[in-house]
Amino acid sequence: MSDANGRFGNSADLFDSRLGLGGKAGVLLPDGPQIDPLKITLDQPDDFDGWREAARELVLAGVPPMSVVWQVAGDDGELFGSEGAVPPAAGGEPMFSVPKPFIDLAKAAICHSEPQRFALLYSLLWKLKANRRALEDRADPLVDRLEKLAKEVHRDAHKMHAFVRFREVEEGDGTRFVAFFEPDHHIVRREAGFFVRRFTTMRWSILTPELSIHWDPATESLTEGPGATRADAPDGDPLEETWRTYYANIFNPARLKVKAMLKEMPKKYWRNMPETALVAPLIAGARARELEMIEKAQAAPRTGGNIEGAWAALRQEAMSCTRCDLFRCGTQTVFGEGPLDARIFFVGEQPGDQEDLAGRPFVGPAGQLFDAALEKAGIERSTTYVTNAVKHFKFVLRGKKRIHSKPDTAEIEACRWWQEQERAIVRPPLTVALGATAARSLTGKTLTITKAREAPLTLADGSECWVTVHPSFLLRIPKEERRREERARFVEDLRRIRARSEELAAA
Amino acid sequence: MAQLDTREKLAILADAAKYDASCASSGTSKRNSAGGKGLGSTEGSGICHAYAPDGRCISLLKILLTNSCVFNCHYCINRKSSNVRRARFTAQEVVQLTLAFYKRNYIEGLFLSSGIIKSSNYTMEQLVEVARSLREDHDFRGYIHLKTIPDADPELVRMAGLYADRVSINVELPTVPGLKRLAPEKSAGQIEGAMLGMKGAIEDGRDAKKKYKSAPSFAPAGQSTQMIVGADAATDSDIVVKASTLYDRFSLRRVYYSAFSPIPDASAVLPLQRPPLMREHRLYQSDWLMRFYGFKPEEVVSAAEPDGMLPLDIDPKLAWALKFREYFPVDVNRASREQLLRVPGLGTKAVDRILRSRRFRTFSLDDVARLTVSVAKIRPFIVTSDWRPTLLTDRADLKRWIKPEKSQLELFAA
Ligand code: SF4
Repeated sequence: MSDANGRFGNSADLFDSRLGLGGKAGVLLPDGPQIDPLKITLDQPDDFDGWREAARELVLAGVPPMSVVWQVAGDDGELFGSEGAVPPAAGGEPMFSVPKPFIDLAKAAICHSEPQRFALLYSLLWKLKANRRALEDRADPLVDRLEKLAKEVHRDAHKMHAFVRFREVEEGDGTRFVAFFEPDHHIVRREAGFFVRRFTTMRWSILTPELSIHWDPATESLTEGPGATRADAPDGDPLEETWRTYYANIFNPARLKVKAMLKEMPKKYWRNMPETALVAPLIAGARARELEMIEKAQAAPRTGGNIEGAWAALRQEAMSCTRCDLFRCGTQTVFGEGPLDARIFFVGEQPGDQEDLAGRPFVGPAGQLFDAALEKAGIERSTTYVTNAVKHFKFVLRGKKRIHSKPDTAEIEACRWWQEQERAIVRPPLTVALGATAARSLTGKTLTITKAREAPLTLADGSECWVTVHPSFLLRIPKEERRREERARFVEDLRRIRARSEELAAA
Repeated sequence: MAQLDTREKLAILADAAKYDASCASSGTSKRNSAGGKGLGSTEGSGICHAYAPDGRCISLLKILLTNSCVFNCHYCINRKSSNVRRARFTAQEVVQLTLAFYKRNYIEGLFLSSGIIKSSNYTMEQLVEVARSLREDHDFRGYIHLKTIPDADPELVRMAGLYADRVSINVELPTVPGLKRLAPEKSAGQIEGAMLGMKGAIEDGRDAKKKYKSAPSFAPAGQSTQMIVGADAATDSDIVVKASTLYDRFSLRRVYYSAFSPIPDASAVLPLQRPPLMREHRLYQSDWLMRFYGFKPEEVVSAAEPDGMLPLDIDPKLAWALKFREYFPVDVNRASREQLLRVPGLGTKAVDRILRSRRFRTFSLDDVARLTVSVAKIRPFIVTSDWRPTLLTDRADLKRWIKPEKSQLELFAA
């Protein structure tokens, strides 16, 4: 299709170079001779009818885009070109009609503040004459440019619909609603209808720097006046304080998204909107408000009696969990257990063969070892809450035996939700991660146990977390002597945890 | 003095409404105030009159009639056991406030919901009275959205539909166990029953309108719903499937997602941490994929990670494309609309423009660039007259290569 483009050259480029000449009279046509371009003066910056009339004549007379200069009455305008009659239509030129989308495009684009809009449109019209479907080629640079102008005009219009703010003023014979607005483009006449349709029964005025429009419901007439400044508009309305109250309270401080706001409500509109003065203080106070909410919730006394019910319902919910594929594997979900006001919260890895059948955590061999160690450390298991990072038994079948297999990170991630909810209900001051899987579930990070067991970590909710080995690790150490050593070390860890828990309770 | 009083109530009752995600004021019948006594118009698409610092648009006066409630849903700040300050508007106060705001061009209309006081029917009557008064006493022709009470008398719900442009009934939580735990007094059966009833009423209304031009329009903007995300164990996959069945079964216009946010005086049962807002965003994107891009729910699900969650760092369309690379590259000059819609970074508008322009030119990469926002993102997935991705779509590090810069969406990531 490049010949359709090529026939008149690249019109947009022609215009660019032509109009870029500023101050130089005459122009060099491709074939040589100097001619004085024709100057067309339109009445208004958004004078679509004037443009259409002139453009129609020009096209029929065969005047190429490069030979026309467009300007608006009252503008300083072009220094070159001469006012003159359009030559009569060349006899042989047939009439031609343009497709409807072109009219829509032109009506919008003509309101743009871009000085070349008339010329660009005429170029496109010229192109349409040669190829009626030229407009459908959206990738053509000239079409693209004009579509973009039209889009900016639509956006400006949309912002006017949205951001005009009326203020009520008493006049001798009633009330008038007056707004001051500063559009980017020449859209006021074009958009007046929107306000008429919406506020038919109100008396109103919209003042803008370029012109003012006034609606009188009694005579149903819209009149135009000269441009205005902000000082010409009333400077307040008693309802604005109420509106600001609404604005401040409908906003959720826990979800600050300043960029998203700025994208839709750029700062240039702010000065004529009563609510925008609140933006900065609301943003500044948001994080503090959210933290305050969280702190209050954390400090709240544990009354309210719904904790037992909530835990039972949570357990029930977990029974039908399908968050990861392990639900197909085990017999049942093995949920945590223990008093809901426990001060120590143990997280193990996953249920084993016996736990899977019993439906309770830490009842198999590792659980027995765990019980014994707790006793040695002086911790009563019945005062603690015990749960697992992963709540379904994962295994591989070897003959008839179900051999434990380690949960992977996706499974830990999926199951982590339960552990977090359990902790949200129990809110333990001290959590113990038994082994790497538990540590991963609690912190979201992969830790080396030997390093991590030296000092406590702080969890997201601000509470303390101690890391130690998993009891099943102690079962698997083959050498008697090393096994004894490690078990003693485990008991030592638990003693320290007990001491720390008592310390926290006393504080 | 009276003014001040209204303002105090407004502060409380707007604050209580801020967890509602819906703000739409579009998709209703066209109206204007010509020839009437009142004011208001709707022109197809709604208008966002302001934006709050949380990035959400303010289109409607979104308030509760009262934040008192006889229920005790844990996720809700208005639940019976919460210590929050209570307030209650009269129907007339809401009417006056709506009109006064509308006259100043602050809003497109009203979105009214309420805590449940006395009984479901009593509460519903009050909501309907506000809408009735606006429409009948004041000839208000702007937008009205009413949140209906699921177990209110069907006759009242029908009246709501006669006055309102849109009605909604919240499903609250994506899973039945979640609903049991967090809203023990509500039942999924009841909520869905109400939605089914509403669907029937909307369809009857449309039929009547076809037969008699004078028949009143019934909820012309349809019904919508909202679910809270992140307060129960539902994964993104669960939610996507749930949403698509809701769309199918109840012909919903929209499903809104509201990332659970910590509320003051929270129930002991709730997480204190908010889920990332990005999760909500990804769910909305997946919603778009199904509604406008021809993705089936199971395809969106297949883009999720093994734990059922959509990736947070890339959008679901890109996630899908990275998993199903055999589908690419797509030839811009030859591919069908369906195929083009699968290309990450190509929106519906760009696809339509390409299809329209394709009859006139053979697309080069520059031509594509002119019609899209970022050709860099698209390049690995397309073929044009002068471009063919070589091994690009197979590169193991492709994801890292085209992944967007770390998003600024969350100013204070939790
Ligand atoms: S292992 Fe955890 S996440 Fe996976 S199905 Fe079982 S309970 Fe659900």
